Amino acid sequence: METARQVFRRNLQENVEVCDGSPELHVLAVDDSLVDRKVIERLLKISSCKVTSVESGTRALQYLGLDGEKGKGSVGFDGLKVNLIMTDYSMPGMTGYELLKKIKESSVLKEIPVVIMSSENILTRIDRCLEEGAEEYLVKPVKLSDVKRLKDFIMRGEGKDSGETRIRKRRRRDDHSSLPQSVTLSSSPALACDPSSTLMPSSAPSACSSKRAKLCI
Amino acid sequence: MDGVVQLQKQLVDYTASLFHEGFLDEQFNQLQQLQDESNPDFVVEVVSLFFEDSERLLNELGKTLEQKTVDFKKVDAHVHQLKGSSSSIGAQRVQKLCIAFRNCCEELNTEGCLKCLQQVKHEYSLVKNKLETLFKLEQQTIAAGGSIPTL
Repeated sequence: METARQVFRRNLQENVEVCDGSPELHVLAVDDSLVDRKVIERLLKISSCKVTSVESGTRALQYLGLDGEKGKGSVGFDGLKVNLIMTDYSMPGMTGYELLKKIKESSVLKEIPVVIMSSENILTRIDRCLEEGAEEYLVKPVKLSDVKRLKDFIMRGEGKDSGETRIRKRRRRDDHSSLPQSVTLSSSPALACDPSSTLMPSSAPSACSSKRAKLCI
Repeated sequence: MDGVVQLQKQLVDYTASLFHEGFLDEQFNQLQQLQDESNPDFVVEVVSLFFEDSERLLNELGKTLEQKTVDFKKVDAHVHQLKGSSSSIGAQRVQKLCIAFRNCCEELNTEGCLKCLQQVKHEYSLVKNKLETLFKLEQQTIAAGGSIPTL
């Protein structure tokens, strides 16, 4: 893994590192669960992303240099710029929400897109995260299609609202009985939809440009 | 070779039964998709982590519920973790029981929690056995020159 990084750093670009013409995102994954860290790492690597995974919000901030030296920006202490942060919501100590807030409050880090992952489908929680500036709220377990969609979204331009938003129907396994998957998010930011329709209505595009969470009940 | 074909069939059937009986769900499939030549042991590795994690949590739960004054927040936190990791590997039955378990926590019901713990422990050992059998079958299939079929 280290050797790969050295190779890619040759072609450091503003936002993403490029190798052989295909840009590589560097994702910082934050999760207290060892199992989940392993899975998210694999999901990201298989999607051609570089991953750094840490077990807590505190560690994440340390990595980002926020709790220590100033001026590191979004560059991790190993010199690699972070293009995306994916964090679990429920963690002991600092929650993902608190981490999100700290990042958005930081002048050097606030531009980094942050995605919240949670096994819980609580609408007020989702709303709160989106309002605080999270790009998306993914309900766990995170799937390959989620990561691919995220990657596409980030590559297109972090945080920018693309007009013709891919209203990707994020099927949250409606055949899956155990989890009450009541919220699905389209690939556009700050948009949440109700369980009964995992498909986004085609009139939704205009709503997508809004950063506010819209709940289609 | 008949041997390999038989083994592969056994493997396919066994895997299918695990899904059919609700031991595993779609998430397990997702994990299998993440396995390839560069990471041929990915599923076994993740599941092993799950086993370790679960055993630790089940232990902790036992201890916490034995206390004179039960710290339900702590119990809930552990169950939440167990629910999360079982969900991440597709251990559906365990996950479902965790949901019920959390309800007992909310109700501050020690008796209920103890019952839930028993059930979760039982379900966990079932799925552990099943998965270990599955992995053994996979090993045998590969050793006989076959490949793990993707369902």
